[in-house]
Order: sequence, then C-alpha cells, then structure tokens
Amino acid sequence: MSVRLRIIAAIKQIAEEQKVKLPPLTDELTLHETGFDSLAFAILVARLEDDLGVDPFTLSEEVTFPNTIGDFIRAYENVPA
Amino acid sequence: MSPREIFALRDHLGTALTERTISDPRHVVSLAELPRGSCLGGRGGELDGRSVLLATSGQLLAGLALIEIDGVARRMLLCPPDLKDEHLGSIIAEAGIDAIVTDEPQRFAGFGIDLVIPVGLPQPATQVAPTVRATEWLMLTSGTSGVPKIVGHTLEGLCGAIIGDRPAPGDALPVWATFYDIRRYGGLQIFLRAIVGGSMVLSDPGEALADHVARLNARGVTHISGTPSHWRKLLMSGSAEQFAPRYVRLSGEIADQAVLDGLKQAFPNASIGHAYASTEAGVGFAVNDGLEGFPATLLGEGRGAVDMKVVDGSLRIRSKRAAHAYVGRAAAALTDADGYVDTGDMVELRGDRYYFVGRRNGIINVGGLKVHPEEIEAVINGHPEVRMSRAKSRRSPITGGIVVAEVVLTADSDPARADAVRNEILAECRARLAAHKVPAMIRFVPALDVTPAGKLARADA
Repeated sequence: MSVRLRIIAAIKQIAEEQKVKLPPLTDELTLHETGFDSLAFAILVARLEDDLGVDPFTLSEEVTFPNTIGDFIRAYENVPA
Repeated sequence: MSPREIFALRDHLGTALTERTISDPRHVVSLAELPRGSCLGGRGGELDGRSVLLATSGQLLAGLALIEIDGVARRMLLCPPDLKDEHLGSIIAEAGIDAIVTDEPQRFAGFGIDLVIPVGLPQPATQVAPTVRATEWLMLTSGTSGVPKIVGHTLEGLCGAIIGDRPAPGDALPVWATFYDIRRYGGLQIFLRAIVGGSMVLSDPGEALADHVARLNARGVTHISGTPSHWRKLLMSGSAEQFAPRYVRLSGEIADQAVLDGLKQAFPNASIGHAYASTEAGVGFAVNDGLEGFPATLLGEGRGAVDMKVVDGSLRIRSKRAAHAYVGRAAAALTDADGYVDTGDMVELRGDRYYFVGRRNGIINVGGLKVHPEEIEAVINGHPEVRMSRAKSRRSPITGGIVVAEVVLTADSDPARADAVRNEILAECRARLAAHKVPAMIRFVPALDVTPAGKLARADA
C-alpha cells in the first residue's frame, strides 16, 4: 500500500474511533475541515510513525504543520529515506 | 517526675519465642536466640549514642541487627537494597552517620567512618547492650530519580497501627510474609508485626517466584502482604494455586477492583485488605470490604489515631504514625502548619467513596488536559483477560503527549484473540473515559517491570 493510501486508511480509522464524520478526502481539503481536533491529529501522527517509521513533524524544526490533506501527505512522501 | 519509660523493639518481642522464627531461603533463626545472643559479636554497646547506617546484603541480617541496635544507637538508618553507591556519600553526610553495621565492610571503606561493626548470625553473648534511649529510625523514600529523601520515624510511630492488632492470647500465632523488602516502609510494617507476635518469612530477590511460594507453604505462612504489582505477578505465574493464606494485604499502589477480585478468586478463604501507607505519612487506614477506594467517612478529624482531609484533590494525613521530619541540612518541611503530610496521592469522590486516581507528579499532559495513568490502567485491568497494564505518555508534536498503553494478558488468554481483546479494551475505555484519556495505541507485552520497591516501573512516564 502506498504512503498516501496508508495515511487515508489511518485517517478513516481514527474518524471512526473518534466519531468524526469525514467529508470526502481531497488534496485541497484543509485539515481544519476534516473535523479532526488536535487529539485526533496527535493520534494520527503517532500511528503513522509506527506504521511508516517516520514522524516528519518532529524530525525537523523547519517543517511547519501542513494546511491541507495534500500538504500533510506530501510531508510524509518527501521525507528522505 | 520520673522519666517516661523507654521501650525498644527488643522489649516488644512478646511470648512463645521458642515457637517463633525469622527465616530466609538459607537460614532459620529462632526468636528465642535473640535475648541471649548478639549478631554484632557482643559489640552492640559500642553503638551507644551513635548514628548508625545499617547496610547489609540481605534482609535477615538487617532484621536481626535492627532489633539489637534499637534502644542503643541515637539513630539508625535502614539502607534499602537498591540504594545506589553514588548516593551513599550524601546520605551518610546528611544523616550524620558515625558508625556502620554491615556484612560488606569493603563497600564502606572510603567514607572515613572509623566504627564499622560486622554483622552475622546471632551467637550466644555474655554482654547485651541495655535499652537506654528511644532510637530515631531513618528510612529512605523510594523515589525513582535523584537522591532519596531521609525520613525520620520513632518506633512508637512505626508500631502505631500494630500494637492494638496483636494476636489475642490463645490465637494461633500468625506467620507473616511480604514480597516487600523489610528495609522499606511497607515491608518494615510486616516485620514489626511479626516481631511483636508471630514469625516472619523473608523474601529473596534471587529466588524464583515458584520457589518462593513453595517456601511460603513449607513455612506455614498465614498472613502476607505485597503491592498490587507483586500480587498480579503471583496471579499470573500460576503459583498461587498451591497457596492458601488466611490474610492477604495490598499496599503501596492503588488496589483496583480487578486485582481485589482476582485475589478473592485465587484465595476464596482469605480475608483480603488493602492498606494506605507511605514512608512519610505512615499507615493511614486499611480497607477490608473487598472494594476499591475507601469510605468517605474515614475523612475527618478526631475520629481516631489518624486525621485525614482532601485539599486540591490530594489526600492529606495527620497522624502519630507519620514520620516526624525529613532529615538533612536542606530538608524540606514534612508537614504543613497544621501538621498534615501532603501525600501527593490524588483522590476523587464518587458517591460515598473516595477513589485513588494517581500520583500528582505522574500526570500525563495531553494538550493541556491532565491524565493520571492509574485511572486508565484501572479500566484496562477490568478486562477479564488482562493481568496488568501500564499507561504512559508518548511524545507528540501536536499535543505534547498522548496516552499509550502496554498490556499483559492473563496466562489463559488465547493469543488469537489479541485483536478482539484490544477492541474490547478500547471500547470500554471510550465508554468510561474522556477522549484524551483513551489510549491511542495498545501494545501487548509479555511482562512489565516492577521496581525493587514493588511498584510498577514508571521511569519513562
């Protein structure tokens, strides 16, 4: 499964657990519009770190937190292997 | 006016000494040997007025020596087995130690203490030092980081919860055991109970649990204490089946309903009690109704030996059983202006009972919201296939921390059900806890570390 698909799967899983009704997940959707609160994002980032072996938001101080789903996914895709 | 009569531990030995023993895996010592013998080679009198560090490799020699030293020395510091060498120097200085009783003299060669008395098993002695003073008892706190604090007690305070609890004449003498080390407050309470009216079977850190239980049986142990973590380990081991104590006591950590129920099931004929005590506050109370928490009616003043109140969520205790001070040059005050010790144990009133929710300094911060790991563990431990668990903080770039949990399943849990169990645990957590307290991740582990003081290790929490 690609990084993108894993991220989407993780978002859907957490939405179900947190009883969040997700809008369609497009790259342009802002993270705010997902309905996730900071706790849900914290859980997402921790689970992705376990799944993908990387946490791009802790790795470098220069990375700012993304605005949209597309930015969020790219933050993971652009991490040097 | 005559001076108040002084009693030392040796004056509390009670009766039927020939039937009573202190034992460890290697030795059995009859209490009848004590009044006529010495484990200090008859040199106890040299400790008159001294500040003594009692540091032995095992518990048996410590127990025997403290009976001989109490009433003679000015103060006696009980050195727990896990005291780090790097802390010895400052503890010796802060406590004003000027004599050492030990079976490891080389360990103390570099501290400039000229009086070092070796300790061994008791030998008949012509000279036994008389009781001349009320010795101050010093104990160390079991904090996991930094130099332990030195806490000052008197024998009277240490025995405050015990003397009235002596076996009645004609009752079978209890044979006590504890998973604790007797140089810790919880273990010392049990040792003192044995000395004033029973026998004592000491634990040994090198001994496998199954062998320990076999020894408890062989020595006829009737009364036994430990932390909930100790008891969970025993329940998990399967060794409990062979064992049938009359009294089972928990202290030192929160006794949740799951461990109380587990013990009731394993020991259907035992009475099971959980006690609240700390090195600083002494024994607060014991709860014997089989339920977690304690009745709110225990709070208040003037109801007995112990006054208790809750301020800012933490339990405060004022009691003659409490320590009288922290010892040392820069020692903090032990009590507030009214004489209450702040235990740092946070409680919550639900209905007519208070429940322990955790340590004040163990709080996990999830995006500014406070979480006690213990309240999460209590929910997880309620699952019938869970033996023990640890909730802890995992660093998060978003919220600072999130809650994750490690879980040990019971021996008979089917590994194929791990995913189902995880989902059941999470469903229960979601039903009973706020969202930020629900573990973001649950990991199954074969075992969880327990500290030498018998508490679930939380060093990384």
